[in-house]
Amino acid sequence: MAKRKPKLAVWKFASCDGCQLSLLDCEDELLALADEIEIAQFLEASQAVVRGPYDLSLVEGSITTPQDAERIQRVRRVSKHLVTIGACATAGGIQALRNFQDVKEFTAAVYARPEYIRTLERSTPISAHVPVDFELNGCPIDKGQLLEVIGAFLNHRRPQIRSHSVCVECKRRGTVCVMVAQGIPCLGPVTHAGCGALCPAYRRGCYGCFGPMESPNTESLGGWWKRLGVPAEDLVRVYRTFQTGAEAFRAASEAHDKEKG
Amino acid sequence: MAFLVERPGLEGIFQRLRGLGYELVGPTVREGAIVYDSIRGAADLPAGWTDVQEGGNYRLKRRDDDALFGYAVGPHSWKKFLHPPRRRLWQASREGGGFEIRPEPESGRRYAFVGVRACELKAIAIQDRVFLEGQYPDPSYRGLREGAFLIGLNCGQAGGTCFCVSMDAGPALKSGFDLGLTEVLAEGRHYFVVEVGSEAGAEVLGAVSHREASVEEVAAAQGVVAATAGQMGRAMDTAGIKELFYKNYEHGRWDEVADRCLACANCTMVCPTCFCTTVEDVTDLKGEHSERWQSWDSCFTLDFSYTHGAGPQRASTRSRYRQWLSHKLATWIDQFGSSGCVGCGRCITWCPVGIDLTEEVAALRKPSP
Repeated sequence: MAKRKPKLAVWKFASCDGCQLSLLDCEDELLALADEIEIAQFLEASQAVVRGPYDLSLVEGSITTPQDAERIQRVRRVSKHLVTIGACATAGGIQALRNFQDVKEFTAAVYARPEYIRTLERSTPISAHVPVDFELNGCPIDKGQLLEVIGAFLNHRRPQIRSHSVCVECKRRGTVCVMVAQGIPCLGPVTHAGCGALCPAYRRGCYGCFGPMESPNTESLGGWWKRLGVPAEDLVRVYRTFQTGAEAFRAASEAHDKEKG
Repeated sequence: MAFLVERPGLEGIFQRLRGLGYELVGPTVREGAIVYDSIRGAADLPAGWTDVQEGGNYRLKRRDDDALFGYAVGPHSWKKFLHPPRRRLWQASREGGGFEIRPEPESGRRYAFVGVRACELKAIAIQDRVFLEGQYPDPSYRGLREGAFLIGLNCGQAGGTCFCVSMDAGPALKSGFDLGLTEVLAEGRHYFVVEVGSEAGAEVLGAVSHREASVEEVAAAQGVVAATAGQMGRAMDTAGIKELFYKNYEHGRWDEVADRCLACANCTMVCPTCFCTTVEDVTDLKGEHSERWQSWDSCFTLDFSYTHGAGPQRASTRSRYRQWLSHKLATWIDQFGSSGCVGCGRCITWCPVGIDLTEEVAALRKPSP
């Protein structure tokens, strides 16, 4: 009898779908992937759904509604391994900007009948609700890293996802440091590797879309950015993007917010 | 004996090397810096460019002459060619009930390095000690190293973060080059005084137009390198440096520098002697094929000191910075018989927050705050 193929499920919560699309973007590798696993639930790709339980669940998106807070519990129950994909599922996403404000003010401003809207005060990562086996960060995630994580789970080994700075990736590819050589503010030294140091290769500073690296020293970097002429209010903003809910970036933005008074 | 090659004659040396099958690599302007990359000939050299360097700061600047080598060292070092940032070590495939390992063939690449400074020759010698001596020589490094042709350069320009004089590593060439150049721009002339360091060097020089250098030309060349020795932007007192570190594991300065250090690993990546690597095994989805890759790693990463069951042994940035600097300047001496530092200043310039090891050493000499 042929070995049963492991079942893969992809789940969406509050998100833009970009990370799920990384799976479809795998193109050449997608057929090889389909040979090895049964794509049992992936609504972005097919309406055909195979019942659980699932060997590996990829979860995209953050928890922003009471219904989703319940649904993630069901997803966890039917998943042997649960891996978050992307900034939303891992850190709360851009929608975690609400965490700094009164969400009722937003709903009142946006909707004609805000009383129909059931939403939570805060956008939270999946790990705030259920145990997570691995978090793959990025906005969006890198497809090479996604295949590495899936491959690692299929082969029962640890994923090779390094959590050091983006600087290491710049140096390995020979990119000249944009901050040192051109004075361009860059979040690379406090940001998690994984993108392959894409932005500095195009002479842009890193904007932190892969979230905090393993030991981010945002205070020291912030001091240097000020020497480059970046005011405190801009430092608040650079940490309030896709990874604003990540603890180190949230704390850095609040520290700079206090400085500007 | 020293020889003389006029500025236009330099191209002949380069084309001779290309004719012999060498891949020419040298300084060229890219991304706002003078980097080491493939060059076609003298036209790709950074003619008329120099750099201004300080802690965490590097800027290109125009010179008021057309010097080809009128800059200090940039962000790259020759280790990126001899000890590549990432390379495959071997591949394995399932065969029947077992598996077959295929070793990686040697690249066979033969580089000619153009403009290797004295500090860089010393750095290469230090890496030779690491990779070629001892029980397990590195065959990839050996192949690339033995195949390389080195055009050394007596430094005509020191940078703001240079301190090779303190480390007894420059600015004058001593040995380890095939041809040694000194660039002279004086009295309306632009020429190179050339020393021959090997038979291969003599053969290459023999193929281009040259003559014996005059006493005046040799003196002018010596004047260039003597002037450079007086331009050092930094200095480090190395007296008793090993003991200084061994006595100061708990110095308060380690806490202070850890507040500034980003643990980003830039210093180790740009250092021409740092050699640490990690290996990663990658598998295909079927589990039929696997490959082992080696990449530059750094003692500043958490994974570097990770041990099973106990996690990272150097969890704090304090312990990682202390490990790096202590190894570079002190324990390296016990391990390899020399300092691991050549005073090139790259770790100072390319630290995103300008941490300066010469300042750190000076601070360690003072009582703990």
